[in-house]
Amino acid sequence: MWLIRAWMEGEIKWSESLGKILYSCTTCNNCVQSCKFPFNNDIVNIIIAAREEAVANGLVMPGVARFFRNIEAYGNPYRELRENRGRWAEAMKIEPYTGQEFLFYVGCVGSFDEKGQRAAKALGELLLTAGISFGILGSAEECDGNEIHILGESRIFQMLRDRNAGLFEKAGVKKIITLSPHSYNVFRNEYPAGFEVFHYTKMLRDLIKEGKLKSTSKLNMRVTYHDPCFLGRHAGEYEAPREILKAIPGVDLVEMERNRENAFCCGGGSGNFYTDFSGGGENSPSRIRVREAYKTGANVLAVACPTCAVMLGEAIKDEGIEEKLIIKDISEIVKESAFPHNFQ
Amino acid sequence: MKEELLSQLAEIVGEDYVSNRPEELYLYSRDPGAQKPRRADYVVMPGTVTEVQQIIMLANREKLAITPMGAGLTLSALTVPLKGGMVMDMKRMNRIIEVNEASRYAVIEAGVTQAVLRAYLEKNHSHLQHSTPESPPTATVAGNILIHGHGHLTPRYGVNSQMVNGMEIVLPTGEVCKLGSCSVSPYWFSRDPLPDLMGLFLGWLGTTGIVTKISIQLFPKPAFRDLLLFVSDSAELIPGIIAELSQINLLENCFIITQEKPKWAQQIFYIIVVSGESEAEFETKKELHNRIFQKHRDKVSPVNEEPALTQLRERFLGVPPFAATAADFRKGGGFEYTGAILPIEVIPQAWQSGIEIAHKYDLMYQLGIQLLPNGHSVMLAYSYPFNRAYEDEAERARGALDDTNRLTLELGGVVWKPELSAQKLILEKMDANTCQLIDRIKKMLDPNDIMNPGNWEVA
Ligand SMILES: Cc1cc2nc3c(=O)[nH]c(=O)nc-3n(C[C@H](O)[C@H](O)[C@H](O)COP(=O)(O)OP(=O)(O)OC[C@H]3O[C@@H](n4cnc5c(N)ncnc54)[C@H](O)[C@@H]3O)c2cc1C
Repeated sequence: MWLIRAWMEGEIKWSESLGKILYSCTTCNNCVQSCKFPFNNDIVNIIIAAREEAVANGLVMPGVARFFRNIEAYGNPYRELRENRGRWAEAMKIEPYTGQEFLFYVGCVGSFDEKGQRAAKALGELLLTAGISFGILGSAEECDGNEIHILGESRIFQMLRDRNAGLFEKAGVKKIITLSPHSYNVFRNEYPAGFEVFHYTKMLRDLIKEGKLKSTSKLNMRVTYHDPCFLGRHAGEYEAPREILKAIPGVDLVEMERNRENAFCCGGGSGNFYTDFSGGGENSPSRIRVREAYKTGANVLAVACPTCAVMLGEAIKDEGIEEKLIIKDISEIVKESAFPHNFQ
Repeated sequence: MKEELLSQLAEIVGEDYVSNRPEELYLYSRDPGAQKPRRADYVVMPGTVTEVQQIIMLANREKLAITPMGAGLTLSALTVPLKGGMVMDMKRMNRIIEVNEASRYAVIEAGVTQAVLRAYLEKNHSHLQHSTPESPPTATVAGNILIHGHGHLTPRYGVNSQMVNGMEIVLPTGEVCKLGSCSVSPYWFSRDPLPDLMGLFLGWLGTTGIVTKISIQLFPKPAFRDLLLFVSDSAELIPGIIAELSQINLLENCFIITQEKPKWAQQIFYIIVVSGESEAEFETKKELHNRIFQKHRDKVSPVNEEPALTQLRERFLGVPPFAATAADFRKGGGFEYTGAILPIEVIPQAWQSGIEIAHKYDLMYQLGIQLLPNGHSVMLAYSYPFNRAYEDEAERARGALDDTNRLTLELGGVVWKPELSAQKLILEKMDANTCQLIDRIKKMLDPNDIMNPGNWEVA
């Protein structure tokens, strides 16, 4: 905050290292939650405003600029072709959205990253099993713009928001299930009203409670759950994921020392899963978090966010503990207990 | 030259832990108080005692100043270099090495923060606690001890520097030294009965060496704890009431406060923290304290009215009490207070003059006493919050601080955690032979004058 002010007042100049400091903030919201001052709610907004200023002055870091360009041109950060966005669902019976009760919004990481796709498929299958009326947009799906917004590119964000909101309205979308808490965040807080949004963990928790999703086998897993920032601190949802895990026979849920409001961020927010300003060294947030998970004695690190899955999955490899700790999205764990024979 | 030094430092601590980038130097060149920024040339963050030693050897070779820093939260710019050079930020040395339950002490590295030690004790030794200051939770335990800081148990058990059982020091010439029982024993349980060398490092503002480890006493956590709140409008009563409180000597903590805004706070409030292990003990203590104030009922009454009742309880009941919002009273993030350590009899005058000084500088007064051990003296904090956006306001705060420091010395008190100008005032007033002793000790320990030079500098 002091640096932002010093920069605004011309006491320090823009530099690569100032850029790194500004962009390495993952907007995990821990400061907002912990700060006792009455302006606490504005801390993340101040970071976003400073980034907007950087964008307005053409000062963005090369990695961030690439991220912006890719989203603008391809609708995703990975430079994947738009027509491939729905490919993950090809072998499945998931229908295109044509006015069903729910739109299943998958997001960029869920659509293109291998770990994200596994979660999307598992969730899709569970929703089908539970008889939920839903569809996906497939190649018509557009980036939700959460990262673009918090990275300060308001022009591209407005374009994405208007495009998505227009698309939802035209298609008659009234309820959205999101795979990613990042989408959940931006739809709830930055989009015009007109539809309800649910993170999938709430849906699964309710479906299990209502008996529409049943475990058919007992798993043998010691699981620790990592709270994603955009589901936990940003949205206050700590219990639904835990209730799901507790409801699965054979899952022994153990908590990491830092959990719920105090959960340590995976380091991937604010586009850092792509731009990586926090770096991949031994003391990177994701590796610290993975060590915390390992310390619990769990053999499965459960996540409810594809970005966390990517970050923590890489960190597990870097720590060299792939044999001892594996990363699974909650949807995959539920699927494994619901269909023990066809899980991949 | 600069780059060469940087790479030598990087060889010692690793590239990630040294910097001379303008953004980092900007932060290390100032603190949240009212003092003007001063230049730091490097910041370095050692992770081990050996790294501290190597940095000190390098600084001796290059005649480069080292300013040790915990969290840099004294507000008197004591961690902002006076003669350039490097700030040695101790935050990486953050291990809690040992908690001894039976002898009730913790051995910690110098970078352990108040919040981390509290949380660790709460989780692992929930019946034990350390005396915690009101400072932000990122303040280091060592930094607080080294300036003779005071915590929530001070009136009862002592100033935090009195709670030190032992230390590990890297001397300004690079040798590692242990002080207290740990110099002869595996237990860091006592500073007696050896020559008390701790005094060579406590209160010296980092001019005599780098503390790397410290053993701090822990205390039992009581089962019952509450506040008794009284209000009066006569500062004249304060010495007498302190004497009576000391007579029964059953306090956990005691504050006496007033402030200009909001209006209800303009009276003088007594915040008495009472605690006990059993209900009977607790109730008896409450009763005995109530009796003291009842005796003065023509001039003192219990606080029964809102919003005073709720706000005082919110501010003072927790451990530590919650000072932060009072500190940012003016908004805009500027805050400095000067602590006057005072003999009891001068309190009424110190109180009245504090109000006058604030008004002279067109600032709002905010005064707070914390009793020091057994009521033998008090720390009277004169707070001057200001808005950092307005330089004239900061200038007025500096003027008020200077006047207050002069007042403290005139009244026979001593300025606590003194900024540079206050150090000068103290040294001017100090017995000449004492000044010479300070100078000789510094020269003997630090022949190249590399340790936080400019502080406690005898002319
Ligand atoms: C709102 C507020 C409330 C406060 N309330 C209190 C209170 O109730 N009680 C209280 O005592 N203080 C209080 N303070 C003052 C201050 O924050 C604390 O005393 C704090 O604990 C100082 O610790 P630090 O880590 O910031 O020390 P620093 O400022 O980093 O260091 C203090 C001094 O010690 C030296 N030093 C630091 N580490 C080392 C080391 N390892 N070796 C050698 N020298 C070293 C530094 O050079 C400096 O001279 C308050 C401050 C604020 C802002």
